[in-house]
Amino acid sequence: MDIPYVDAPRADTGLTNGKLGIWLFLASEVMLFGALFATYIILRTGSIDWPLGRDILNVPMATLNTIVLISSSVTMVMAWASLMRKDLGKFRLFMGLTVMFGFGFLIIKYFEYSAKLHHGLLPSTNNFLAIYFTLTGLHAIHVIGGMAVNAYLWGPGAKLWKTRPEWFTNRVEYAGLFWHFVDLVWIFLFPILYLL
Amino acid sequence: MGKNRDSGKDAGREKLGAQEHGHHELGFWRKYVFSTDHKVIGIQYAITGLMFLLFGFCLMMLMRWQLAYPEQPIPLIGGLLGDLRAPGGVMLPEFYNQLGAMHGTIMVFLGVVPLAVGGFGNFVLPLQVGAPDMAFPKLNMFSYWSLFCGGMIMFASFFMPGGAAQSGWTSYAPLANIAPTGQTAWLIGMIFLITSSLLGSVNFIVTAIQLRAKGLTFMRLPFFCWAQLITAFLLLLAFPPLEAAGVLQLMDRVAGTSFFMPSGLVVSGEVVQGAGQGSPLLWQHLFWFLAHPEVYVLILPAMGIVAEIVANNTRKPLWGYKAMVYSVMFLAFMSFIVWAHHMFMTGMGTTMAAFFQTTTMIISIPSVVILACLFLSLWGGSIRFNTPMLFALAFLPMFGIGGLTGLPLGLTATDIHLHDTYYVIGHFHYVVAPGTIFALFAGVYYWFPKATGRKMSEFLGKLHFWPSLIFMNVIFMPMFVQGLAGVSRRLYDGGQVYAHAGPVLGLNKMMSFGAWGLAIAQIPFIINFFMSIRMGEKASDNPWDATTLEWVAPSPPPHGNFLTEPVVYRGAYDYSVPGESRDFVPQNQPTEA
Repeated sequence: MDIPYVDAPRADTGLTNGKLGIWLFLASEVMLFGALFATYIILRTGSIDWPLGRDILNVPMATLNTIVLISSSVTMVMAWASLMRKDLGKFRLFMGLTVMFGFGFLIIKYFEYSAKLHHGLLPSTNNFLAIYFTLTGLHAIHVIGGMAVNAYLWGPGAKLWKTRPEWFTNRVEYAGLFWHFVDLVWIFLFPILYLL
Repeated sequence: MGKNRDSGKDAGREKLGAQEHGHHELGFWRKYVFSTDHKVIGIQYAITGLMFLLFGFCLMMLMRWQLAYPEQPIPLIGGLLGDLRAPGGVMLPEFYNQLGAMHGTIMVFLGVVPLAVGGFGNFVLPLQVGAPDMAFPKLNMFSYWSLFCGGMIMFASFFMPGGAAQSGWTSYAPLANIAPTGQTAWLIGMIFLITSSLLGSVNFIVTAIQLRAKGLTFMRLPFFCWAQLITAFLLLLAFPPLEAAGVLQLMDRVAGTSFFMPSGLVVSGEVVQGAGQGSPLLWQHLFWFLAHPEVYVLILPAMGIVAEIVANNTRKPLWGYKAMVYSVMFLAFMSFIVWAHHMFMTGMGTTMAAFFQTTTMIISIPSVVILACLFLSLWGGSIRFNTPMLFALAFLPMFGIGGLTGLPLGLTATDIHLHDTYYVIGHFHYVVAPGTIFALFAGVYYWFPKATGRKMSEFLGKLHFWPSLIFMNVIFMPMFVQGLAGVSRRLYDGGQVYAHAGPVLGLNKMMSFGAWGLAIAQIPFIINFFMSIRMGEKASDNPWDATTLEWVAPSPPPHGNFLTEPVVYRGAYDYSVPGESRDFVPQNQPTEA
């Protein structure tokens, strides 16, 4: 017996295994980032001299990064939609773009980080920078993880398209759900760290 | 394992393998080490868990020597521990603290959880739902190896400069922030263990929900499956906050941040440099947000195992199956809003304390419902007193003692006196040691024939059970007495310097001899376990005349589990159905039209 419900959903739950799995995984991610956001709130409300993010951090660069990441979410959807229209060429194009946007995000982030470190603004300087580096660092790790999955699906993983196209399309959808989540986390990080 | 299949079964398996999988027998490494088969992974988890249980128990026996005979050299092995741990064989306080912290960590995260969830969950759950394997077999393999890495890091930390973690299994800040390097290893190890649990729990939930056999509706699931499913939700949602806390403490230790470091902290007469303004209480909140649900992670699989064995050996349906299922759901939900009852003494406001006290009293209700259902299931049954049933029966009162002694801890007024005393140790050990671990032993005896095709010896099993039951109580019952007398749980010398501890100090020797007796009582189990793999009495596919689906598969089940896809026609516990020729009706037996 092979494992069922890989390419078609189970009738009574209406889900494939991977779809349920990725949503559960995202639920645990919500708890992970939720705990860190709670930490942010507790540290900030308990602080006597909490600096404003916009005074220390580079808001234009972060805005640019927000645009880059949202664009990558759009291309991610286009990649999946291309597979739904049975167009592997278009999928390769859009998935490639998604990965490139990911790189773009990380490069901008690198410049931001190095500017901070250059000015002697370290995680140990104050609790704002501590939570800033922790949250954005953890988010960056998620970006790298998502990019690794996306790059795999763009490259060697795409072989599955020939034998089991529905399964491959589903995999792209799951990767997309994760990628959107990573995007969503940034949408929360951007205002609380840079603007408020 | 696998040495004792008869040739007929073997031929069937190869045929199945060839037809369904199109590949030949896998090599040694893929079959037994980097296997994706849930049964092999389950056994890997179980063996790892048992080994760590033994290791954690050894740490505790060293501590018990120190408590019974403080300042005296440890006999036999004292000289082997080295001058950094026990110069001249006399244990140093730092080493005692390492043993305490690592005993807790290892027993909880590397002993009980891998055996109860990783071992039994992996082996039994897919079989009971009639699935060919877990939903994500490769992820399953990765979960195990992540646990293995975490375990090795924890183990290796004993040999680091300054030794292993020594700030208690709770790693309270800021003490843990300034502890030696072993604490960093603890944090990294925990991140591996948490990752393992998270991926495992996704796998369990998807398997239980998606891979149920045809006809196996949720209310026909064996209670064990429900217990594992709900446990997986607890792990999934409670562990990430601890992962976050672990990352934050790691940042504090490695990057010099001050998440948990208050301003103006003085260590050894010097003010600690740093940004300050951190919150030590935040660590406690994040830690207990995991660690209270973790208590139910330890107990729910045990309840699941006991439910299976009680139904099977009373030859009766479980009394109140639905009430048990709804209770376990309610229990899981409530377990997320009781965590601060571990923190009554931290100076939080009375309103908060009142809230958490109330939720704590409420959560005892579903526990009592489940326990009452299990007790009532015994009523009027013709009970078979085999080894699994003895352990399962002992679980009931032992867990009962553990649960009831928890109530005074959950009430703020009585907790003021009892907090941080040996009473607390007695309470949670009754839940976990003669409670959960007895249930786990019951499970080992019960499912051993499924895993190996052979039964364990009943005589050695009883030789294991009765002394274990007695020694468990010899160890843990006096702790209540010491705790009520006010003896702190964290004293390196067992309380010698405190006058109020004087009258109850003699109990330390009794408890220590109980612990060493318990070690001797495990020898029959170890002998039984290894002897029975090769030489045990051959078991049929369904040696206990059980109803659930795992007993439909051959013993041991082949790769892919079932020879034909099982279909379920009835609930999980159709024992002694009137009018049937046998006193059990397997779930896959069709109903007569």
